[in-house]
Amino acid sequence: MQFDLSDEQAMLQDTVHRFLAEAGGLERARAFAAGGEARAVDLATGLAQLGVTGLLVAEEHGGSGLTLLDAALVAEVLGRHVAPTAFIGAAVLAPMALQRAGSRSQRDHWLPRLAAGSVTAGVALSEHAGAREDAAVEARDGRLHGRALFVIDHEADIYVIADRQGGLHLIAADAAGLTRTRLNTIDVTRPTGELRLDGVAAEPLEGANPALIRDLIDAGRVMYAADTLGAAQEMLDRAVAYAADRKQFGRPIGSFQAVKHMCAEMAAGLEPCRALVWYAGHALGALPGEASLTACHAKAHLAEVGTMVARTATEVHGGMGFTDLVGLHYWFKRIGFNRQMLGGPQRVREEAAQMVLSG
Amino acid sequence: MDLSYSQEHEAFRSEVVAFLREHADAAPRAGKGDAKAWQKLLIAHGYAARTIPRDYGGYGAEPDILKSRIIAEEFARAQTSPGMGGQGISMLVPTLLEMGSEDQKRQFIGPTLSGDLLWCQGYSEPDAGSDLASLRTKAVLDGDDWVVSGQKIWTSTAHLADWIFCLVRTEPEAAKHEGISFLLFSMKTPGIEVRPLVDMTGVANFNEVFFTDVRVPKHQIVGRRGEGWKVANAILKHERGSLADPNTMLSRLNTLSELMKTETVDGRRAIDDPVFRDRLMQVHGRVLAMRCNDLRLLSAAVNKTPASLAGMVVKLQGTELRHELEALAIDVMGEFGLLYTGSPQLRTQGSWQRDYMFFLGLIIGGGTSQIQKNIIAERGLGMPREPKTVST
Ligand SMILES: Cc1cc2nc3c(=O)[nH]c(=O)nc-3n(C[C@H](O)[C@H](O)[C@H](O)COP(=O)(O)OP(=O)(O)OC[C@H]3O[C@@H](n4cnc5c(N)ncnc54)[C@H](O)[C@@H]3O)c2cc1C
Repeated sequence: MQFDLSDEQAMLQDTVHRFLAEAGGLERARAFAAGGEARAVDLATGLAQLGVTGLLVAEEHGGSGLTLLDAALVAEVLGRHVAPTAFIGAAVLAPMALQRAGSRSQRDHWLPRLAAGSVTAGVALSEHAGAREDAAVEARDGRLHGRALFVIDHEADIYVIADRQGGLHLIAADAAGLTRTRLNTIDVTRPTGELRLDGVAAEPLEGANPALIRDLIDAGRVMYAADTLGAAQEMLDRAVAYAADRKQFGRPIGSFQAVKHMCAEMAAGLEPCRALVWYAGHALGALPGEASLTACHAKAHLAEVGTMVARTATEVHGGMGFTDLVGLHYWFKRIGFNRQMLGGPQRVREEAAQMVLSG
Repeated sequence: MDLSYSQEHEAFRSEVVAFLREHADAAPRAGKGDAKAWQKLLIAHGYAARTIPRDYGGYGAEPDILKSRIIAEEFARAQTSPGMGGQGISMLVPTLLEMGSEDQKRQFIGPTLSGDLLWCQGYSEPDAGSDLASLRTKAVLDGDDWVVSGQKIWTSTAHLADWIFCLVRTEPEAAKHEGISFLLFSMKTPGIEVRPLVDMTGVANFNEVFFTDVRVPKHQIVGRRGEGWKVANAILKHERGSLADPNTMLSRLNTLSELMKTETVDGRRAIDDPVFRDRLMQVHGRVLAMRCNDLRLLSAAVNKTPASLAGMVVKLQGTELRHELEALAIDVMGEFGLLYTGSPQLRTQGSWQRDYMFFLGLIIGGGTSQIQKNIIAERGLGMPREPKTVST
């Protein structure tokens, strides 16, 4: 019985943390936000060298064959550093889809490339977690028609696309009949977008089925929850540090009880979230009977606690919190992005209710 | 991550389940049944007082956190009484084991465990609540006796208790925290008057207790003179964790889902109302988070790794969450939620209404939510301490 991170897992987090800190942390996110780069190549290359892109890919395909819990631990660190880089689509959902549903030759071809980071994959399955504007993708005679919104890791070389029936397909980013439109969301660190498919020739992943789509959504939700955990923890830490530093009325604002209680409420809300994210991450691979339910709860609960922390930590910083100067809003927006992607809390809780309350 | 239990532990779980299947009918329920006989049976099987030495009336097992956990889980799952509680068993016994003299252990622990000796906790005073260390009930040494005078308040079960464990000021010249001692004495000692206080649930479960020259034999002190604060803090540590058990909360949540399947408004079941569903799932998510947090604390205890902040938030989060869970049940019942006693339409004997109020009491008792936040901020996050106010 051990419900804690292993030494290897702690080391994995530490390695990614140190790389991102050296790469500039918030300043790197700012530089990316200033525009001019479609992708942060330095981050993508560095993370590939650390094995992050190949985390889930089996060793025979050049990856390290780790678990979805390990992936969630990396997502947490990426959130902590508001890292402007592809991950949830490219390094989690796409490899998972290919490994579970790809043919031998598809796996042999794509997985080593995804692991090495030489190919980046975007993932379009938001419609399975609530279709907006009636968006949908239809597959007919080996071609895809329709629209997909809120593509995860939109700046990609290939896309994994879910059709309405629960099939999965691969297309190249430069395929004929494909129109890609970037959707500029408030969170500039993770580009998302829309795909219009006008009879695009696609390679099906033959093993796909609705159960796999469900697993992909569960995994994606836990990753967003983990990203929020890291982002919210960073905001809390910054609030506590700022409160020790900033003086008003001749004393540190952190000595005012109102400020202390704001910080205590953030900590009291957030600390149990860590255990919840661990459990949900562990359940994805190890407890199939619980995975969907705990993924829903992790996603919804982290969305609520994350939103509370994002607001409260900003308030602790006073006017400074509202400025671009301290850059707190990068985390604020990242948490806001994580809240809506793959289902906002109300939708996700309704899915949980259907699992718990059937009968 | 390894959530599996060893074969030995799985076998132990089967034993507990088998025991419950065979004996659960004998357990006291809703105040009815023979609580002492049940307690005796549990101790004999090692399901209560498990790790307390046989010499002191316990079962005498080696400490095994996982086995204790399995017992708690299975009793909660079977919604069966895990034996007697109360401040004597949950607070005084662990303290005596840690700080008591050999004579005190032999004299008090056995009868306390068997339910023959009931205790109350005399800490709070009219002017010493959150600021407990400012307490003023005094004890002066006179020959071989301490002579106690003063007043306690909010003393739960003082009207039923045989004995009291009590904080008194013995060193008036010493600093606030260093002048306190921890005394044990019989509630039958001359000079004690107990006046019941009716609480908001409608029962008189706590009291005012007045002491006028109460003579307590000198040796009935736990720890040394002036060490009472240290002794008391050992107790508070035991109290805080026990107020918000997530397994109990989960079983309460299941009962709430059942309630939502039977309550209807305009012919529609509450469980089919999207707003109630959403509220239920919000609470469910939070209970799940506290359960995972609890699992983390369990693992930290088994493997002796630190998880201090995770432990510090339990009293605050757990009691607030339980209060909210009960509040949701009342909204589900709507106007029926206003009934409290004496109505045939009353649901589950009014337990939702009672617990809704009772848990507000637990939010306040044992260190208020505000005091918990002070602790989390100062000890957990390392924020500046309150400026010391001058004590009068
Ligand atoms: C159901 C119940 C059972 C109890 N049983 C017992 C018992 O058996 N034995 C016993 O000794 N006591 C018992 N108590 C007493 C309990 O421990 C006290 O009520 C509690 O410690 C609060 O003290 P108080 O009531 O004096 O409130 P106060 O300390 O006067 O507090 C009033 C308000 O001020 C706030 N406050 C006080 N100080 C601070 C601060 N520094 N920072 C921020 N806010 C502050 C509090 O949070 C609270 O909101 C019981 C209480 C209840 C409700």
